[in-house]
Amino acid sequence: MSVYLDYNATTPLDRRVLDTMMPFLCEQFGNASSGHQSGRVARAAMDVAREQVAALVNAHPSQVIFTSGGTEANNLALKGCAARLTPGHIILSGVEHSSVRTPANVLKKYGWTLDEISVDADGLLVIEKLHTIFSGMSAARSKILAVMLANNETGIVYETAPIAALARDFGAILLVDAVQAAGKIPVDFTRSGAQLMSLSAHKIYGPKGVGALIVDKAVDMEPMLQGGGQEKARRAGTENVAAIVGFGKAAELALSELSTRYAQVQTLHHYLETRLRAELPQVCIFGQQAERLPNTSFFALPGLDGETLLMSLDQAGLAVSSGSACATGEVEPSHVLLAMGVSPEHAHGAIRVSLGKESRRDEIDSFIDCLKQQVRVLQSFAAVACA
Amino acid sequence: MAYSDKVLDHYENPRNVGTLEKDDPSVGTGMVGAPACGDVMRLQIKVSDDGIIEEARFKTYGCGSAIASSSLLTEWVKGKSLEEAGQIKNTDLAEELALPPVKIHCSVLAEDAIKAAIEDFRGKSGNEKANDANNADGSGKAA
Amino acid sequence: MTSLNRRPIYMDYAATTPMDPRVAKKMMQFLTPDGEFGNPASRSHAYGWTAEAAVDEARKQVAALVNANPKEIIWTSGATESDNLAIKGIAHFYGGKNSKKGKHIITSKIEHKAVLDTCRQLEREGYEVTYLDPEPTGLIDLDKLEAAMRDDTILVSIMHVNNELGVIQDIAAIGELTRARGIVFHVDAAQSAGKVDIDLSSMKVDLMSFSAHKIYGPKGMGALYVRRKPRIRLEAQTHGGGHERGMRSGTLATHQIVGMGEAFRIAKEDMAKDQIHTAALRDRLYDGVKDLEEVYVNGDMARSVPNIFNISFNYVEGESLIMSLKDLAVSSGSACTSASLEPSYVLRALGRNDELAHSSIRFSIGRFTTEEDIDNAITHVRAAIEKLRALSPLWDMYKEGIDLSQVKWAAH
Repeated sequence: MSVYLDYNATTPLDRRVLDTMMPFLCEQFGNASSGHQSGRVARAAMDVAREQVAALVNAHPSQVIFTSGGTEANNLALKGCAARLTPGHIILSGVEHSSVRTPANVLKKYGWTLDEISVDADGLLVIEKLHTIFSGMSAARSKILAVMLANNETGIVYETAPIAALARDFGAILLVDAVQAAGKIPVDFTRSGAQLMSLSAHKIYGPKGVGALIVDKAVDMEPMLQGGGQEKARRAGTENVAAIVGFGKAAELALSELSTRYAQVQTLHHYLETRLRAELPQVCIFGQQAERLPNTSFFALPGLDGETLLMSLDQAGLAVSSGSACATGEVEPSHVLLAMGVSPEHAHGAIRVSLGKESRRDEIDSFIDCLKQQVRVLQSFAAVACA
Repeated sequence: MAYSDKVLDHYENPRNVGTLEKDDPSVGTGMVGAPACGDVMRLQIKVSDDGIIEEARFKTYGCGSAIASSSLLTEWVKGKSLEEAGQIKNTDLAEELALPPVKIHCSVLAEDAIKAAIEDFRGKSGNEKANDANNADGSGKAA
Repeated sequence: MTSLNRRPIYMDYAATTPMDPRVAKKMMQFLTPDGEFGNPASRSHAYGWTAEAAVDEARKQVAALVNANPKEIIWTSGATESDNLAIKGIAHFYGGKNSKKGKHIITSKIEHKAVLDTCRQLEREGYEVTYLDPEPTGLIDLDKLEAAMRDDTILVSIMHVNNELGVIQDIAAIGELTRARGIVFHVDAAQSAGKVDIDLSSMKVDLMSFSAHKIYGPKGMGALYVRRKPRIRLEAQTHGGGHERGMRSGTLATHQIVGMGEAFRIAKEDMAKDQIHTAALRDRLYDGVKDLEEVYVNGDMARSVPNIFNISFNYVEGESLIMSLKDLAVSSGSACTSASLEPSYVLRALGRNDELAHSSIRFSIGRFTTEEDIDNAITHVRAAIEKLRALSPLWDMYKEGIDLSQVKWAAH
């Protein structure tokens, strides 16, 4: 038995996406920058993909820069903007992904000051805090603000309108990391008030190794990769045509199927959490008071060791996660939960279940049954250990 | 890199390719451009006693648009008076061939070529008659 | 490759290659919805571990082709990123604010744009770069390179095989010079991996960039070799989850990595065969056109990879030549710059005059090129040269014995 419940880490490729990619993996192999016929075919296919990706988040195709993924997009946004500004302030929410936090920390070396806005116990941003932080900064200094649209671990959705309004008032460039939100909830770049937005294909049933940064043309940005002048000199490197075409198709499907996918996943999600609360009453679901993605549940069972639990779940063929898949080999507790004020011990045992369009009700049943069984086993060990 | 059908037609089947005897007093030769710039155009016209261009020939070293511009120009100047030919504008050529902005310089070169050919012809001794005829509206033959 | 029959004959393998069917097949296992789609960074389940194992296997395959340790291979999105990471990574680590080592870099004028543009960026950041002129053959003179080295030189970046000319630089000898002075040596091997032998256990190369799509692997995939002994340290350029030992963050694209691994495995197996195949075809092509007048080989055929062949047809303009060769997919320079009207900067660096630089064609052939392709190409080329020379005033002048260099051209 094998049950995949880790869709926030990555998703399987949609068959229709694969079918769209196949010609570009095989016979249509031209270099999109070549002048001859095979190059032009590749270029035309990329133009379509650019429109599809733009449409998913209501942006203009010319605002799309294809990158090697969400991490590169976030790096490009922060470092690219910072390189063209006099060092000033970078402000992040306390729950950002490592691909935002780490480059922001690196920028400290180049004279930037980093502020993190803490979240409340429900995981929500306190707008007043952001206001206070902005108010304490000199108007003349450059400011870059990064806030994710939906958190990868808790699934909490952040309302960007009031944040964007503040950013505008205080002259800050706003980056919205929409990697987890796109394809799961409606995303509108044009109306968000953000100048920059990052996206990833493999979170929306597209291929790994491709993402995009949406950039308002008013933003002056230095490229991170030099040489060759691709993507209007904003991102050099031979275009990954097949992956870009796949990203386009995945975006098109995500947009056209958004409401059906949402409804389907939400029903299962509701079922999952109802059973969790009923059958494991000690469960603590993080961020449950907040608006969340329809597919994500991040929870802890106090008193149980999460690592052991994850191992036993894996042995039973259930693939879930302890949080972000990007913290390679890292066994530290989730920084997201710590930012919400969850104690390290409590955070350490947290389990993330993230559902997808292929998820089924019987998979959730298997998960709950297995979880209950493992909890009983672990509790009996714990009892022995305490005795 | 997409060329218009008209450019492709002139490129595939260039009109009036060739050479006229440049020392012939009735022939004017215009050579413009430079190899370093990637295009050189040589345009020759043969002018009748009454100042009408009877023949035109070209050879062009350059891109497809440059070849098409000069080929089209030879078609246009034939049968025209020197004055009329001298009034052909690069924008007319560019429009007819639907040249993209990066190729407009090819049509400019063609305009320069016909002007240079007319100037060369007029500079030759014994061609004042044709000049006079032209200047006098081209209707009457010189005495 | 029967589906290619109705399309132009592909002779632009140095721009990109079709994927080897064996590579595509291997990748499919990691692409299909019911295949191995896990995130290699997922630590809590078998989906992740299976993907991670495949990534490790590919790392071994890439390392094996160049006789390196798999731990020395860092995955990137392509050779452009590898070049950027190597050059900026070294510059920022050794030449940063807190380092006393220096800010001087040496490269050559015929490097790929990924190297040249990165160096220009570093110049804007306050680094000093020496751009060496190649010899007329395209080779770098080692004495001139040595003379350019200074106490504050931190990095030498020289490509192994030039993408336009095919000439092979003596990187083993350059490595001896740099190592003796404690200078880091980076080599862009995008065009050489799988084409010539590379032994990183004996060559004193510290960093080497690789591309998958130049050797029948997928686009969007590359690697950077980072030597462990003596240890080379560099500053990461893409930060995040700490993937690739902190040197390059970002979710690993398993299918692409597996494809690159397979392409490198096949390259190791087939390199000798590929070399013989392309050398025979290159000679056939040259034999078919060399009797035309005023034909010049660019570079040095004796010291080149056989799969890249660059030739100038004097008195014929390059763009019109490409246009009349519409049944051939060839390039008049590197694919990145062929949209612009400027003659190849590589040929100009060799000292080629503008006419010859303008009239150059790069034929690059590969594993799937056939004798029939070559014969057809020869026919097309000969017809095009004949037609365009009949149209060329320069050709007339040459035939009349006029020395074009003495002509005063009306600049416009």
